[in-house]
Amino acid sequence: MKHIISALVENKPGVLAHVAGMFAARAFNIDSLVVGRTEDPELSRMTIVVIGDDRVVEQVRKQLAKVVPVVKVQDFAGQPVVARDLMLIAVSATPEKRPEVLSMVEMFKAKVVDIGQKLLMVEVSGPERKIEAFIDACRPYGIKSVARTGTIAMPRQVKTDSRPLITDNR
Amino acid sequence: MKSKSCSSAGSADQSSIKAGLSTTLKAGAQIIVDTLIEQGVDTMFGYLGGVVLPLFDRLYDAPINFINPRHEQGGCHMADAYARASGKVGVVVATSGPGACNLVTGLATAMMDSVPVVAITGQVRTELIGNDAFQEADITGITRPITKYNCIVKDVEDLARTVREAFYIASTGRPGPVLVDVPVDIEVARCKTDGPVEMKLPGYRVRTKGNARQISMVAKEINKAQQPVLYVGGGVIIANASEELRAVAEKAHLPVTTTLLGLGSYDQSRPESLDMLGMHGAAYANYAVQECDLLIAVGARFDDRVTGKLKAFAPNAKIIHIDIDPSSISKNVRVDIPVVGDAKIILAALVKEVEYHERKRWFKKIAEWKNKFPFSYDRDSTTIKPQYVVEEICRLTEGRAIITTGVGQNQMWAAQFYRFSRPRQLISSGGLGTMGYGLPAAIGAQVAKPEALVIDIDGDHSFNMTMTELRTAVENKLPIKVCILNNGYMGMVRQWQELFYNKRYSKSYLSNPDYAAVAEALGAVGITVDKKGDVPKGIKKMLGVARPCVVDFRIEREENVWPMVPAGKSLNEMDGLDILESMA
Ligand SMILES: Cc1ncc(C[n+]2csc(CCOP(=O)(O)OP(=O)(O)O)c2C)c(N)n1
Ligand SMILES: [Mg+2]
Repeated sequence: MKHIISALVENKPGVLAHVAGMFAARAFNIDSLVVGRTEDPELSRMTIVVIGDDRVVEQVRKQLAKVVPVVKVQDFAGQPVVARDLMLIAVSATPEKRPEVLSMVEMFKAKVVDIGQKLLMVEVSGPERKIEAFIDACRPYGIKSVARTGTIAMPRQVKTDSRPLITDNR
Repeated sequence: MKSKSCSSAGSADQSSIKAGLSTTLKAGAQIIVDTLIEQGVDTMFGYLGGVVLPLFDRLYDAPINFINPRHEQGGCHMADAYARASGKVGVVVATSGPGACNLVTGLATAMMDSVPVVAITGQVRTELIGNDAFQEADITGITRPITKYNCIVKDVEDLARTVREAFYIASTGRPGPVLVDVPVDIEVARCKTDGPVEMKLPGYRVRTKGNARQISMVAKEINKAQQPVLYVGGGVIIANASEELRAVAEKAHLPVTTTLLGLGSYDQSRPESLDMLGMHGAAYANYAVQECDLLIAVGARFDDRVTGKLKAFAPNAKIIHIDIDPSSISKNVRVDIPVVGDAKIILAALVKEVEYHERKRWFKKIAEWKNKFPFSYDRDSTTIKPQYVVEEICRLTEGRAIITTGVGQNQMWAAQFYRFSRPRQLISSGGLGTMGYGLPAAIGAQVAKPEALVIDIDGDHSFNMTMTELRTAVENKLPIKVCILNNGYMGMVRQWQELFYNKRYSKSYLSNPDYAAVAEALGAVGITVDKKGDVPKGIKKMLGVARPCVVDFRIEREENVWPMVPAGKSLNEMDGLDILESMA
């Protein structure tokens, strides 16, 4: 099963290496990993998608919390969350095919961000499924290249009994 | 650089004179030494090199007992054993590149056995990092998976705080080695140091207390168990919790088995002791674990050398796990009741809630196993049996010595036939199984305990790996003793080849030097014992000399360690029981 794990980490050099090294050393599989700054200049957030059974993911969570510069770990599994990926995709769109591609862009609520003679660069964001679907839809026209982020996520503000599994080291 | 109060070495004096700050500016190297002293360091180990010269210059008149090993690996093992014997943090220094790389085996050894070590390595100048500079190695990259934490200091302002944090991280929670890499320009850069700098570790928290409700649940389980077993690891020794362990075991009347690293946490002469469990553990300990209805693990981590086949481990037992490291819990074995915290605090709380139960049937069953399958060997043999040597060492030292070991059969015989009665008495590389650990470990332990009798029970090939450190012992007048159980083989490897590879002894034999002559050449005393009748005499002679001494026991060459749980088998599927039974 896929788990989205969110980790607040100290914003200092070497932290990514500590985290990525731990995943490699313990043979955990990372599906995606995104790092970015937060509202607090001292902290960054890593969003890590891992695949594994509950037992493996429990270890991932604990081992992550054990990495010294990792401040807080949350597992969003079973939680209502908003999860989003971002993609830039360059699709062939010859003048005669261009209207078709553009209507597809519209359908997906995507955005054209660059136009060349034979290519359109499109920006798509949304749940991973939507990104995958857009890629599939583009295939018949020819995909020149794809650049994707991994998933970032945040829990929804609903009242619920099941809270995410949190290890807060602060 | 972050702050104006810091400056590079070259400009430091000028700018400080201008600012009138010369009295309050301190060089990085001095900050390191002062912080070490502040942390209570009076002894350290290390080796020189270009980029640590500023640091060594500051050590020249520092009030620190400094031991130079002959190889950084030896120095790291010494710091590790110093920590294990004393309970304090061991400190080792090495230069960049090759010096730092030579620490790798020692750090991995300390990591596996949760030993508090702080390693300080020199690094090339900050602006050269990444340029393949002379003697540059990415030592934080290399040691990241084998340290509890490591970092490189890039600003002299951060130095005091980082060194302080290193000691705190190394010695708290589940201890472990921490490496601090210091570029040489940071050693010479000066900065203003007024007053202590606060640690900044928002991501590091240690839970010590243990959840009261879970502790009560544990007590309830213990009170109703018919066939309980306490399974104790090195964590109890690290936590200085032997007294509390004894109180619980006595009050609740529980049999106690320990891991290799747990030996000494529970006096083996006590009736509840089941000695060591695991691959070469006591048959009665392994049977008891397999048949128990409640297994209480304290400061142990269900290592594969302990559990055998995981799926068949303690099949009828509820499992309780008391450990300070949450990630240890349910890592290998599904735990029914976890308690995260310090073993000393938790056991002290637990003892108040447990009750005495006689458990007559259970103890009777255990006594039968003990009678039937004790550790034993052919006492009538005309050759020198290694087990006999260890028994004699134990008898003639009245079980009081601190024992260090090599790795292999020698280590198992030391664990099986020496009787340990107090914590920190056995110092052995358990998790990593590092050959060559025994001699430097004996030196580190002797430095920590100058009055103690320290004996390294070693294998010939383990000794070969680090025997150069004998000179370190001689130079520092450390009267350690080395008893080599010399079978001429990499005995443990040979045993596996005998049992699982049709006696094809592929490359497990190397020619050895005359160890007594080597010892003498290095300035120690050398003794050779090649007749069974001379064993007690040889040991007595060794104990009589006040200098470092090596005794080369020419033991039975193809003796095996029994019992043995073959890899992948469950704990009750031991080989060699017939041998033990016939010799019992
Ligand atoms: C550094 C290192 N290299 C290799 C091994 C694998 N190994 C385990 S036991 C052993 C043989 C040890 O021989 P010796 O020290 O003579 O001890 P004996 O088993 O004969 O008592 C070897 C090679 C190891 N544990 N450590
Ligand atoms: Mg040998």
